[in-house]
Amino acid sequence: MNAQTESPTAGFFTSQLNDMIGWARKYSIFQYPFVTACCGMEYMATACSHYDIDRFGAGLPRFSPRQSDVLMVVGTISHKLAPVLKQIYDQMCDPKWVVAFGVCTCTGGFYDNYATVMGIDTIIPVDVYIPGCPPRPENVLDGLMKLQEKIQRQPSNEASKGALAQS
Amino acid sequence: MILEKVKENFLDDVYETYEFRGDLVAVVNKEIIRGVMKFLKTDPGLDFNILVDLSAVDYLGQDRHPRFDVVYHLYSLAKNHRLRVKTPVDEKDLEVDSITSIWPIANWFEREVWDMFGIKFKGHPNLKRILMYEPFKGHPLRKDYLYNKRQPLVGPKN
Repeated sequence: MNAQTESPTAGFFTSQLNDMIGWARKYSIFQYPFVTACCGMEYMATACSHYDIDRFGAGLPRFSPRQSDVLMVVGTISHKLAPVLKQIYDQMCDPKWVVAFGVCTCTGGFYDNYATVMGIDTIIPVDVYIPGCPPRPENVLDGLMKLQEKIQRQPSNEASKGALAQS
Repeated sequence: MILEKVKENFLDDVYETYEFRGDLVAVVNKEIIRGVMKFLKTDPGLDFNILVDLSAVDYLGQDRHPRFDVVYHLYSLAKNHRLRVKTPVDEKDLEVDSITSIWPIANWFEREVWDMFGIKFKGHPNLKRILMYEPFKGHPLRKDYLYNKRQPLVGPKN
């Protein structure tokens, strides 16, 4: 998987460093909520005080891709918007993660027509899929926790999926 | 009363007038549509000051010639009466006069009809696609366009 953790000289220090950086990254998520449709309502419900996402460290949305690390794609993406989504993803810096929020972004949802992208993983690499139409806030928080586990496991010097795919 | 006024002012160009489930409908010739709309808006007895909707219907597969119908829904705020005006448009001559100069909202309605059906509007200031994107080929709401025929700009075509 990662040469550092498997080589005999990989030491106690580097694995502890990875754990610490993973811990720091997972509890300071700056999301870019790319909200287009009805799932935005559930995103807002999750973000506000009743089902707070600030207690997970993810409470500050940054409305610029250059300043964020998690791209939350919330709501249906049409083919007219797809190049914009790709550009936003490309503008984010490493390390970056993508959350597909709602079934429209996971697989196209109940749409099967000339205008809808059938799942954003045809355009950008996705890390966590949160299904639901729209997903309940508890579902969103579960997905966020899974994303945090993934961020924790990721070694600190490994580039994100997107960069690996492009190189 | 409305239908009689339309009929006596435009005689032969009004193909038929009827009432369907409480809605008054007039079917007119598309050549005079601008004159009809101007009359309907400015006549003090009729006073239709709102264009509620402008859309089109595709009758492919129903043995109806001409193939398309452009439908206008009008409403009068002061008199509280409604009217539906339909103009048959043939496939070989897909052009209708634009009524943007009479009601400015027709600008976007006519762009949508152009995008979805391919019916051109003469005299429209900016006739381009509004819901789909420019490289899209075809007109999606026609009955012979497959509902799931995708033309992606990025990503795979599946």
